[in-house]
Amino acid sequence: MSRERILTFVLLATLLAIPFVAQATGNPFYVTLATRMAILALAAVGLNIALGLGGLVSFGHAAFFGIGGYAAGIVASHAMNGEPVLGLMLPGSMPVAWVLAGLAAGLVALVTGAISLRTSGVYFIMITLAFAQMIFYFAISWPAYGGEDGLPITLRNSFPLANTLRPMDLFLISFGVLLAALLLFWRLSVSRFGAALQASRQNEVRVAAIGIEPFPVRLVAFVVSAMVTAIAGALFAELNRFVSPSMLAWPMSGELIVLIILGGTARLAGPVAGAMVFVMLEYWLGGLTERWQFFLGLILLGVVLFARGGIVGLIAGKARHD
Amino acid sequence: MTETVLNISNLSKRFGALQATDDVSLDLRPGEIHALIGPNGAGKTTLMHQISGTLRPDAGSIRFLGRDMLPLRMAARARAGLGRTFQISSLIPEFSALRNVMLAVQARQGSSLRFFGNVMSDKSLTGAAAEALSQVGLGDRISVPAAELSHGERRQLEIAVALALGAKAFLLDEPMAGMDPEGAKSLTGFLDTLRGQAPILLVEHDMDAVFALADRISVLVYGRVIATGTVAEIRNDPAVRSAYLGDHA
Repeated sequence: MSRERILTFVLLATLLAIPFVAQATGNPFYVTLATRMAILALAAVGLNIALGLGGLVSFGHAAFFGIGGYAAGIVASHAMNGEPVLGLMLPGSMPVAWVLAGLAAGLVALVTGAISLRTSGVYFIMITLAFAQMIFYFAISWPAYGGEDGLPITLRNSFPLANTLRPMDLFLISFGVLLAALLLFWRLSVSRFGAALQASRQNEVRVAAIGIEPFPVRLVAFVVSAMVTAIAGALFAELNRFVSPSMLAWPMSGELIVLIILGGTARLAGPVAGAMVFVMLEYWLGGLTERWQFFLGLILLGVVLFARGGIVGLIAGKARHD
Repeated sequence: MTETVLNISNLSKRFGALQATDDVSLDLRPGEIHALIGPNGAGKTTLMHQISGTLRPDAGSIRFLGRDMLPLRMAARARAGLGRTFQISSLIPEFSALRNVMLAVQARQGSSLRFFGNVMSDKSLTGAAAEALSQVGLGDRISVPAAELSHGERRQLEIAVALALGAKAFLLDEPMAGMDPEGAKSLTGFLDTLRGQAPILLVEHDMDAVFALADRISVLVYGRVIATGTVAEIRNDPAVRSAYLGDHA
């Protein structure tokens, strides 16, 4: 077994163990912390499809994260008030919210991606940012769902065989979705699609010269990436029992990029490592000083200067493509 | 009269004041190596770019196997069978030699939107790729990343990629560039057999290789074809001697 695979198992086992240890030792708060890690990791796994595999530095994934959050919030609030969504009576159920989150984000990604992917480099970063900000301003000016005040989720959506109000159940649901997303990421990365996507990142001209159009490959990657991040957003809103417009705002996009760089770009376990370290720092450093992000900045600087492969690269070495 | 595979007529391309391609007409016949020679800056690579689709000509036509190539983008031209190699090796640096060629096989099969199945356990990809690599003499270097291959090996890999594409004509832009004499010699031998698979339009500075290989030679100077003919005709052409060959002939 490769070192990277061992590292992936160790990280996931540690993440899974945290809430059980926390419960056994009477620190239930850490269950929520671990859930936050799993959800942010999930969002970053989504972004890692576009950014890591495809080299598409999207600075607008907060939009998809937020769209997912609003999907969860809208499903929950409509179910509680017994109102239909787009003419359909929907149950207040998480899988329903995820489908809605995925469809909405996928559709937005299809349209914005079709435009953004005609550019590259810094222009791509800027145009994805611009689209995300448009959606942010739309959300805060839309009074039906709370506008600037956000949308509370009084009653979490349900999940079969689980009590979603119990922190441990919500953790296990989030962890399960994270595992599914990691499996998807891995399957994609070794597939023909993944080969074309990763090759397009490294040498677009070569890929076109052998007869593969990079554009449709990238567009599909962007859409799938957005859908995964949206499901993370839905879970994030359930965890906080609140959809904040800040989920859609650009600092969130930056945070997701930071998670990936910290953990290891394009690496399977990168987002997991990144999210775990990020949430730990946020919690412990945040407890010590309000300026914890200053120290996060220093750490990020260290990673970018001395450990380009992030935490995974540091421990498991350079990525190999056979 | 044999039918031509690639037919370029009256092609022109201008960059500002520079006439990079000036009313160029040339063709490629089945089974031949047609060498394109000329001093630096004569517009050889610019011409190759227009044929492969990275540059759009201002005027003229490019027909390949009876099809008009001008409306097609580079990827579509590659699918039509134009196998291009680059003057400066242009590979997927992090991919192994095998995976570079596998990508070409995949492109030929037209299956880049297949999301499941591991490429490394797909015999239709690995088998064809390994065969193309052993054909160019890279059989024992298949798992080395392209970035770690020597310069000469990268040139060989370029050709393996073009082979795996099942190209119906090869556009080779200075395949010998930067190769040691030993490597150049073995590549010359390989190209000699390659023409049996598909004709080759060869841009090359290595005159020994050109004279050894070419069925016909066209000489490009300031974007213009000043002469086209057999090796003997070109060697003895006074205009070519003064413009380019100097004392080499």
